[in-house]
Amino acid sequence: MTTLQGLPDRTEIRLAGEGGQGMILAGIILAEAASIYDGKNAVQTQSYGPEARGGASKSEVVISQGEIDHPEVLKADALIALSQEAYKKFSQDVKPGGLLIVDADKVDASATPQAIRLPITRMAFETTGKIITANTIALGVLVALTNVVSRDAIEKAVLARAPKGTEEMNRAALKAGFEAAEKETSRS
Amino acid sequence: MTIRLMQGNEAIALGAIAAGCRFYAGYPITPSTEVAEVMARELPKYGGKFIQMEDEIASMAAIIGGRVGGLKSMTATSGPGFSLMQENIGYAAITEIPCVVVDVQRLGPSTGQPTAASQGDVMQARWGTHGDHPIIALAPISVRQAFDLTVKAFDFSERYRTPVILLTDEIIGHMREPVELPDFSTIKIYEHKVEEKPEEYKAFRNTEDGVPPLVPFGEGYRYHITGLLHDEVGFPTQRLDEIDPWLERVNGKLEKHIDEITLVEEDYQDGARVAVLSYGCSARTARHAVKVARAQGKKVNLLTLLTIWPFPEKQVEALGEKVDKIIVPEMNLGQLAYEVERVVGRKKVVRVTRANGEMVTPQMVLEKMED
Amino acid sequence: MTDHILEAHDLENHEALIPPSNWFERSETLQKLRKNKKFPTIWCAGCGLGVVMGALIRAIDHLGLKNDDVALVAGIGCTARMPVYMDFNTLHTTHGRALAFATGLKIARPGMKVIAIMGDGDALAIGGNHFIHAARRNIGITALVVNNSIYGMTGGQYSPTTPLGKVATTAPYGNVEPPFPICELAMAAGATYVARSTVYHALELDKFLTEAIAQDGFSVVEAVSYCHTTYGRLNRLGTAADMMRALKDNSIAKSAYDKLSPDEQHANTKIVRGVLHQNNTRMEYTRMYEQQILTRVQSV
Repeated sequence: MTTLQGLPDRTEIRLAGEGGQGMILAGIILAEAASIYDGKNAVQTQSYGPEARGGASKSEVVISQGEIDHPEVLKADALIALSQEAYKKFSQDVKPGGLLIVDADKVDASATPQAIRLPITRMAFETTGKIITANTIALGVLVALTNVVSRDAIEKAVLARAPKGTEEMNRAALKAGFEAAEKETSRS
Repeated sequence: MTIRLMQGNEAIALGAIAAGCRFYAGYPITPSTEVAEVMARELPKYGGKFIQMEDEIASMAAIIGGRVGGLKSMTATSGPGFSLMQENIGYAAITEIPCVVVDVQRLGPSTGQPTAASQGDVMQARWGTHGDHPIIALAPISVRQAFDLTVKAFDFSERYRTPVILLTDEIIGHMREPVELPDFSTIKIYEHKVEEKPEEYKAFRNTEDGVPPLVPFGEGYRYHITGLLHDEVGFPTQRLDEIDPWLERVNGKLEKHIDEITLVEEDYQDGARVAVLSYGCSARTARHAVKVARAQGKKVNLLTLLTIWPFPEKQVEALGEKVDKIIVPEMNLGQLAYEVERVVGRKKVVRVTRANGEMVTPQMVLEKMED
Repeated sequence: MTDHILEAHDLENHEALIPPSNWFERSETLQKLRKNKKFPTIWCAGCGLGVVMGALIRAIDHLGLKNDDVALVAGIGCTARMPVYMDFNTLHTTHGRALAFATGLKIARPGMKVIAIMGDGDALAIGGNHFIHAARRNIGITALVVNNSIYGMTGGQYSPTTPLGKVATTAPYGNVEPPFPICELAMAAGATYVARSTVYHALELDKFLTEAIAQDGFSVVEAVSYCHTTYGRLNRLGTAADMMRALKDNSIAKSAYDKLSPDEQHANTKIVRGVLHQNNTRMEYTRMYEQQILTRVQSV
C-alpha cells in the first residue's frame, strides 16, 4: 500500500481503544487473516498490563509480502480509535495521507478533519444487539477501506476466533462494517 | 503442522517440549508468564510435570533437583525473578547440572516497568551470580527462532553440562508471527552415555572434551553433588592439587567447543566500511535500518549475534578488521557495546541506546550511519 | 530389629535402652558408609549431629530401603554436611533451599525416598518459605530439622529458634525475638507427620525417623540438639555432656504431658517429645499430580 522510509511493501495498522473493547483481539484476527488466510507475512504486537486495563490499549499489525524486520508501527498507515484517549494518544502518529477511523459517538476528532467518523459501537448494538461486536465492525470497516487483507480472509479469520454459536452474529457485524465503509467511499 | 500465529513465549514453551523438557518449575511474572501457562497446559500431555513454586529461588532450585532426578528441566522469568535465581544458577554452573533458564527481559532495575521491553540483563546473564563460572546465553530475534534456540539451549545445556540462559525480551516474547513448527519427533538433542560401572563413576572427572557424562540419581550410581569446591568424585576438598585441574576444566570447557556454541548471522557486503551489530529485538530494528540504507545505495555490514555468551569474539574481531565503524543498537545503556569495545577498541564503536521501554527505531540507527 | 526398637520405645524409661551389641555389623547400611570419604566428620567433638546421623541410618536400615532408592538433600550449615558421609544419592545445595531442590527431585523420582536434612536457620530463616510450602503441598519428603538454637557454623549468631533472652554473637544483650515452634509451624502448614525428640533420646529418634520416612506425605522430625561450642559457651551452659544431660532433664514424653492438667500443661516449659501429629487422609502431592492431572490429560 505504501512505502516507509525507503522500504516498499510494509503496511502498518494500529487498533486502539479502551481495555475491554476487544482491540487486542482485533489485531490478532487481522494478523491471522493476513498470514494464515492471505499467505502474507504479519507481525502483531500490543500494549500490556495496567495500560491495557481501562486506559488506552493498542494492538499493532505490520503486514508485508516479504520479511518484516522492525516489528512495531513507526508511522501508521491506518489507525482505528474507539476512544477519546486512544485518539489523543495515537492520532499524531498517523502518516500524512494515512487513514484515521474513529467512533463518531465516542471521539471528538475535530482536530483531524480528514478522519472518517462512523458510530462503530452503536452500529454493533444495532446490528447484533451486543456492543462487544464493535471490534468485528471495526475490522469490516478497516478492510473495506484499505483492502489490507481480502474480505474472504478477514471473514475466515473472524469466524475461526468466534466462540461457538456466535458465528452468524460476527458474520453480520463484519458485513455491517463492509457496508458502512462502502457508503463512506461512495459519499466522498 | 500447519501455520499458526504464535507468540514468542508460546514458541519457547513448545520448543522446550520438542527438546524433551519434561519438568517446569516457575513463578508467575510479567512478561514471561505465558511460558508457564503453556507449560502447565501442554507438559502433562507429554507425561511431563509442571509446578508453580513459592518464588523464583525455589523454581531455580526445583529445576536443578528435577534434572538431578533425570528430567530435562526449564524455568522462565523476568528481571526481578532472574535476580532471585542467580545464586542457584551459579550452583548449576559449578555442579554442572544441565538446565534452561528463560529470561524475558523487562525494563528495570527493581520493579521498573513490568510491561515494557528491555535488554538490560545482558551483563546479569553473564555475571549475575558470584564467582567465575561458565555460562551460555542465546538471544532469539523472531518467534520461530525462539522455538529453535530453545531447542538449541537444551542441546547445549546437556552437551556441555551447563545452565543455558535463553535471553529474550518482552518484544520477542509477546509478539505474534506466523510460524510452522517442525514435527517434534524429528528433533534430537544430546543424550549422556556412561560407560563406567557405578563403583568407578566420577561425575566430575576430566575427559578429553571437558564434559564428563552425567547420570541421574536413582540409577545405581550413588554420588555426591555439592556447591562447595569439590574433587572429581564430588567430595568437598581444599587441596589445590585437586581444585586447580577441576576449576581449569570447568571454566575452560566451553572454550573447547566455542565454534559449535557460537551462533551468528553474517550479512556482509564487499567494500562496506560501516556495520550494524545487534541481537534480540534490536536486531529487528538493525535489519530494518540496514535494508533502508542499502536501498539508498549505501554499503553496510550486518552482524546478528544469536549467541551472546560466550561473547563471539572471533566474529566481532573479524568484523572490526573489515569496517571503520560498528553501530550497536540495544535497549539498555550500552551493555553489549562494552564487549564490542573490548574486542575492537572504543574508537570504532557507536552506541545507540534506549532504556525507557521503547524500542530503538530504525531512524536512530540510520542517523548514526550519516555521522 | 524394627520390632525390637519400636517395642522398646513403648517403655517410659528410654535411658535404660541400649542397642544390641552387634548393631553395627547387622546394619547393611552402616556397612556402606562412604568408604571413599575420609572421616572424621567436620563436627566438633561432642556434637549431637553424630547421634542424629546414627538414628537416620538406623531408620533407613529398619525400613529395609536400598541405598539407591534414598536421596539426602541438604542446605548449608553444620547439619547440612551430614549427607556427604553416607552412601546414598546425596545433594548438598545452597543455604535454605534443600526443600526446593528436594521438591524437584521428588517430582522427577516419585518412587525415591527423599530426605531433606536441615538446621534450624537453614529450615526456618532463609528456608522458612520453602518449609511451609512443602508442608502445604504435602509432598513426600521427610524434613529432618536439627534444632540447636543457633547458627553454629558461622560462630554463634541467633537463629529463629534461639530462646528469648539468650545470648548470641549478634544478640550480645540477649535475644529480643521469640522463637518459632518448629513442629507447630509444620502442623499448621499442613505436614502429615510431625514428631519431636532430642539427641539424648537417640532410639526415640530412630522410631520417629522410621515412621516419618515411611509416611507418604510431608513429614517433619525435629531433633533437638545443642551447640556447646557457640551457644553453650556464650550462655555458660557447660560442656557437651552437661547440655546433653539438660535435654534429658528438660524434656517430657508426650504421653506424660498428656496426663498433666490444663494448668500444668500451660505452665510446662519442657520440650514435649513424641508424635505430635499424624494425618493419613491427605493425598501426597506427586500422587495427586499423577491422579488428578497425568491420568486425566489425554496424552499426545
